[in-house]
Amino acid sequence: MPKLYEIVEKQDLVPGMALFHVYAPMAAKNMKPGQFIILRVSANGERIPISISGWDAEKGTVRIIIMAAGRTSTEAVALKQGDCFQDVVGPLGEETHVEKLKGTAVVIGGGYGTGAVMPPARAMKAMGNRVVGIIGARSKDLVLLEKEMREVCDEVIVCTNDGSQGVKGFVTDGLAGLMEKEDVQWVLAVGPVPMMQAVGNMTKPKKVKTFVSLNAIMVDGTGMCGACRVTVGGKTKFACFHGPDFDAHEVNFEELMLRQKMFVTQEKIAMEKLQEVK
Amino acid sequence: MAELTPKERMAIERHPMPEQRPEDRVKNFDEVPLGFAQEVAMREAARCLDCKSPQCVEGCPVSIDIPGFLKLIEKGDFKGSVKKIRETNFLPAICGRVCPQDQQCELVCIVGKRGKPVAIGSLERWISDYERENKIREIPEVAAATGKKIAVVGSGPAGMTAAYEIRKRGHDVTVFEAFHRGGGVLVYGIPRFRLPLSVIDEDLNFLEKMGVKFIYNTIVGKSMSLDDLLGSEWGFDAVFVGTGAGLPKMTGVPGENLNGVYSANEYLTRVYLMGAGNFPDNVTPLYQGKKVGIIGAGNTAMDAARTAKRLGADVTLYYRRSEEEAPARTEELHHAKEEFINFKFLSNPVEFIGDDNFFIKQIKCDVMKLGEPDDSGRRKPEATGESFIDDCDTAIMALGCDVNPIIPTSTPEIEVNKWGVVVADPETGATSKKAVFAGGDLITGGSTVINAMGQAKRAAAALHDFVMEQGNAFGYWK
Ligand SMILES: Cc1cc2nc3c(=O)[nH]c(=O)nc-3n(C[C@H](O)[C@H](O)[C@H](O)COP(=O)(O)OP(=O)(O)OC[C@H]3O[C@@H](n4cnc5c(N)ncnc54)[C@H](O)[C@@H]3O)c2cc1C
Ligand SMILES: Cc1cc2nc3c(=O)[nH]c(=O)nc-3n(C[C@H](O)[C@H](O)[C@H](O)COP(=O)(O)OP(=O)(O)OC[C@H]3O[C@@H](n4cnc5c(N)ncnc54)[C@H](O)[C@@H]3O)c2cc1C
Ligand code: SF4
Ligand code: SF4
Ligand code: FES
Ligand SMILES: [Mg+2]
Repeated sequence: MPKLYEIVEKQDLVPGMALFHVYAPMAAKNMKPGQFIILRVSANGERIPISISGWDAEKGTVRIIIMAAGRTSTEAVALKQGDCFQDVVGPLGEETHVEKLKGTAVVIGGGYGTGAVMPPARAMKAMGNRVVGIIGARSKDLVLLEKEMREVCDEVIVCTNDGSQGVKGFVTDGLAGLMEKEDVQWVLAVGPVPMMQAVGNMTKPKKVKTFVSLNAIMVDGTGMCGACRVTVGGKTKFACFHGPDFDAHEVNFEELMLRQKMFVTQEKIAMEKLQEVK
Repeated sequence: MAELTPKERMAIERHPMPEQRPEDRVKNFDEVPLGFAQEVAMREAARCLDCKSPQCVEGCPVSIDIPGFLKLIEKGDFKGSVKKIRETNFLPAICGRVCPQDQQCELVCIVGKRGKPVAIGSLERWISDYERENKIREIPEVAAATGKKIAVVGSGPAGMTAAYEIRKRGHDVTVFEAFHRGGGVLVYGIPRFRLPLSVIDEDLNFLEKMGVKFIYNTIVGKSMSLDDLLGSEWGFDAVFVGTGAGLPKMTGVPGENLNGVYSANEYLTRVYLMGAGNFPDNVTPLYQGKKVGIIGAGNTAMDAARTAKRLGADVTLYYRRSEEEAPARTEELHHAKEEFINFKFLSNPVEFIGDDNFFIKQIKCDVMKLGEPDDSGRRKPEATGESFIDDCDTAIMALGCDVNPIIPTSTPEIEVNKWGVVVADPETGATSKKAVFAGGDLITGGSTVINAMGQAKRAAAALHDFVMEQGNAFGYWK
């Protein structure tokens, strides 16, 4: 039996990004597609939310992909197989709304989002839908989980900004082509906020149901503090409790991006302190 | 020494609680009241007239034998005195510090009719600190194992008290807690300068020594359901739920989502659960400007104000009613005034005004006056038409909480009222779901530690009857 929150397997994907299988039985036991966990890397660490890209309820493990963005994710990516996170708590948030469609379902992943859309893609596939996956990346060596996405989805479109693989441009270019030739009826996009916003803007005129998983700043993750509040359809919602998935056409993305910057000064200091120590 | 006459006892002046001086204590998080010295405690205890029908006991939600424990302090039998309290109160060191004594036991103390009541709360604190410091706390004998397994959800005052009361009766108890440590609002709400961590940890460790197991980082209703706990996989015979209030109420005014506007829960959790006060040694960040505005006037508002002060801000508290209506403990309102907090009563925030990178920079308030009492009996504040704007680069909304909806939403059979508060029988704590009992803020909305404990005690007794199939609680869910 692994130790609690032990990293039972680690793969370095690309520089600054790693995949972990973590022993967290209370989180794995009841995990559903679209849910996430919150982890700490040390006793004096902060709590950061991380999506789930897979799990094994029997073994009690969850699969997560972490991209080094600042202090805590950088410390996390540096951990090795056999190390333990300080704690992992979940499952958090609501599961992604899946349904049987007549038309096509599309899952779009940018950065770590490609991992986050994998469970919902499997769920939509299991309901007998045609599922197309779009993976966005700056260049071909940053394309994530392509092999697995091809196993899960009926078709995969890779979009790279530099054109080194698949469609040259953004995921929206891939989506535009797809929407012309197929009856797209359901879209889930997870990744950087500008990407999610662009996908929402593209599908709104055609009234295609579109979900985005909002990465608001979180503390507890159980709806008790309001740090993660977002405005959706003019109403205040807590991303950790009412979300993280929301109707892309109702989300106030500008406010989300502004609120994400509340602690940039402190985050810089925390990062500098890590580099001092190194 | 000869027994003092009532007259002599009445002649003794109530001894003021020694405290850190305001100008010192606003620079540290150490406990503000310094506690009594032994002789002071014994003298203060001697003020008690040992009434034959003591009103004070009625005023205490867990009916501690107050004259009993006071007499034992006066006589110097300290071990006996704390043992007496522990017959009915599992958390005296906490209650002695945070109980609203002036509205409960001390409100009705006879001695208080002419002069100041006996300092019951402070003596309760003194004797429990004495017990902890002299390590004379005994683990009570736990009844013979009953073979029953009980789950307790939440480790706040309700969960801790229920775990104690149930374990004492011989049941096997496991506490499930969502956070990475126990104590509930005692830890992430009430500040260190009112309630030191060592006091809470002593009680948590004590529960472990009694054989209570704790499973942290586990959210009942998410990690597993109540049905899972009661089912074959976990095999619990009954569940006590003490998951508290926790859902912060917001003002709903424009600008509420600006950066720098916190709910008190977020602000206090960052500081007291995550230690953001000594960032960057603790990595959780806290943004706090120079001029902090606090909205509200309850215990939470005072705690947020005094915390922001200690972290270096110029603090102003805005409350739409007048000082008399302020719900905070009188002692805490008094402490806040001593600690250079500015108060603007009859001021109701109507807008937070932001700068161009979306951070709050000003607060706009309506000037109010008090009209007729509303349904809660408090006079209704009415706008006068005047308003003002203050500089404010951080705002903390301390408006209380609704009930945390995770358990109710994940367990449809648990009945809630229209405010989302879980419905439970006042005598037994039984909810509408078989084998599930509840107590604390979950069944009252934001209330007090002592009420949570009183409810947990009653629920534990009923739960015991239920699992042992005796008494009337068993028939509750015919
Ligand atoms: C629901 C959800 C799922 C997520 N899934 C993943 C994932 O699968 N993999 C992954 O690598 N990242 C994921 N993130 C983002 C991750 O939480 C942030 O990258 C991380 O918290 C940044 O912390 P840091 O200390 O490394 O960087 P910092 O320098 O502290 O912050 C960099 C930026 O990250 C954001 N951020 C900082 N702290 C938090 C916080 N506590 N909560 C949310 N955002 C924060 C802020 O916008 C900040 O400007 C997710 C976020 C959310 C809300
Ligand atoms: C800032 C502040 C100051 C206060 N000051 C005073 C005071 O001076 N005197 C006084 O008498 N009262 C005071 N109160 C009120 C008092 O703190 C509460 O009435 C009391 O804490 C309620 O206890 P509880 O056990 O019901 O809930 P809580 O103390 O809220 O504990 C609930 C626990 O359950 C956990 N939990 C929640 N959901 C789940 C779940 N689904 N699964 C597992 N665990 C879960 C939470 O993490 C928490 O640890 C104050 C409250 C606040 C916020
Ligand atoms: S528990 Fe509270 S109400 Fe009861 S005696 Fe102690 S301070 Fe007074
Ligand atoms: S009412 Fe006052 S004097 Fe009488 S027993 Fe209680 S504490 Fe003592
Ligand atoms: S993170 Fe605290 S309410 Fe969502
Ligand atoms: Mg960080």
